[in-house]
Amino acid sequence: MRQVDLAIVGAGPAGLSAAIEAAKAGVKVVLFDENQKAGGQLFKQIHKFFGSKAHQAGVRGIDIGNNLLEEVEKSGAEVMLDAVVWAIYKTDTLCVTHNGKNTMFKAKKILLATGATENVLAFPGWTLAGVMGAGAIQTMINVHRVLPGKKVLMIGSGNVGLIVSYQLMQAGAEVKAIVEALPTIGGYAVHASKIVRCGVPILTSTTIKQAIGKEKVQKAVLINLDKNFKQIAGTEQQLDVDVICLAIGLSPLSELAWMAGCEFADVPQLGGFLPVHNENMETTVPGIYVAGDLAGIEEASTAIEEGRLAGIAIAESLAFLTAGEAKEKKHLIIDRAEQLRDGPFGLSRRQAKEQLIQRSLK
Amino acid sequence: MTLTKNGFFDIKELEKLPGVPSKERLQKGPVVVIECAQKIPCNPCEEACHKKAISIGDFIIDLPVLDSELCTGCGLCIAACPGQAIFVVDMTYSETNAAVQLPFEFLPYPEQGEIVDGLNRAGQTVCDAKVLKVLNPEKFDRTAVITVAVPEKFGMEVRNIKLKKDRKND
Repeated sequence: MRQVDLAIVGAGPAGLSAAIEAAKAGVKVVLFDENQKAGGQLFKQIHKFFGSKAHQAGVRGIDIGNNLLEEVEKSGAEVMLDAVVWAIYKTDTLCVTHNGKNTMFKAKKILLATGATENVLAFPGWTLAGVMGAGAIQTMINVHRVLPGKKVLMIGSGNVGLIVSYQLMQAGAEVKAIVEALPTIGGYAVHASKIVRCGVPILTSTTIKQAIGKEKVQKAVLINLDKNFKQIAGTEQQLDVDVICLAIGLSPLSELAWMAGCEFADVPQLGGFLPVHNENMETTVPGIYVAGDLAGIEEASTAIEEGRLAGIAIAESLAFLTAGEAKEKKHLIIDRAEQLRDGPFGLSRRQAKEQLIQRSLK
Repeated sequence: MTLTKNGFFDIKELEKLPGVPSKERLQKGPVVVIECAQKIPCNPCEEACHKKAISIGDFIIDLPVLDSELCTGCGLCIAACPGQAIFVVDMTYSETNAAVQLPFEFLPYPEQGEIVDGLNRAGQTVCDAKVLKVLNPEKFDRTAVITVAVPEKFGMEVRNIKLKKDRKND
């Protein structure tokens, strides 16, 4: 069994950032990812990010991903790809299948940065080929350059639905409509505007009633919703589409945290059930930390800040940083994260985070 | 508010924004039109402006405020905006036409001199637009800035272009 200071599960923006900060401080880090390439979802984010210069605003996600890979390489952290972490025992031991072989790792500290999984929506016809998650479609078009279909219906007008609609058009598909069950558009107006000015309608108070097709999607039936989200009979309309894309939110991917015995809380503003953590991103199980979407569904920029925070807190707890050094670094990071959790879109997430941290103190 | 309901501004909503110049200023020559209405954490436009005509301040969720007297309409902020919400409008381009600079991220790009459709904020084709310039330097990081000439009355309406259907692709 190999022994390390810090084992990180998941090499997305949070895991990479934590690895970089901890390894720079001298911590011996191993970072696992089940994929063939590190970077998580960053390499399919071909759009420019928001934020300020300190958050790399204006830089495309794919380039932020490349920068992180370069940094992690320089930092000396070991990255193990094709490495599935499938169990966590006694709060310090990880079972890993790496390149098809089972191994175990003992770690002084563990950071879970496992990310999220896409939510699904069941409706008649939802098992037809052509009904897909937005994340899957984004991987197909932006990573593998494969167009899943020509005529797309997008379900959900949050930022993911809006961004993926735009990227589908960039990839050459026609987006027939975006539907949104709520009476208003969920994501940023700037994302909505750039799609609407291409001629794509966003239909609010509308949902999908049914997908129709033989073996694969050929048509979608839309229906309007009243203010109690009840379908209004007689308002059905049909669209000829061959892809129905679901962009209705994400849920933290939390199996390992459950297995480790972390206390959970249900926080709808952050995506549902997730492990309670303190201001250092440590869960209720001492030595086990969380960051990124597992600690609350937010954007990659926030995941980067949380990962850095966890990396520094872990380096401090292992005495690679003095309390004073860590405090200074953490202060800057918390400041940057707070800037992202502000305004009408961010404030509810900030409050939910504060409550989560309060709860960890009990 | 039509913005959050339909995804586009009505002109009244737009005119109230701190990033949108007055009608008087628009008549004086090229100036930036910042169609940014929501408090989201974002400020690259502020730094992109060499003339310090755009200010946001320490609270990066605040809306960009335009000092339209300082703005020369250079358009450096257009590609810097991650939301593609910045345009430059020159109502004085010619006797009959206005020039609009807009961000564009679809391939293929139109060519200089080409006639394309001019689309309004709702995505409707409202006029023909003549491509005056296609800028795509490295600094813009793959957001091209395209300048089109449109009839003057569409200067504050055209915000997108579409290549003609019968266009020969290269």
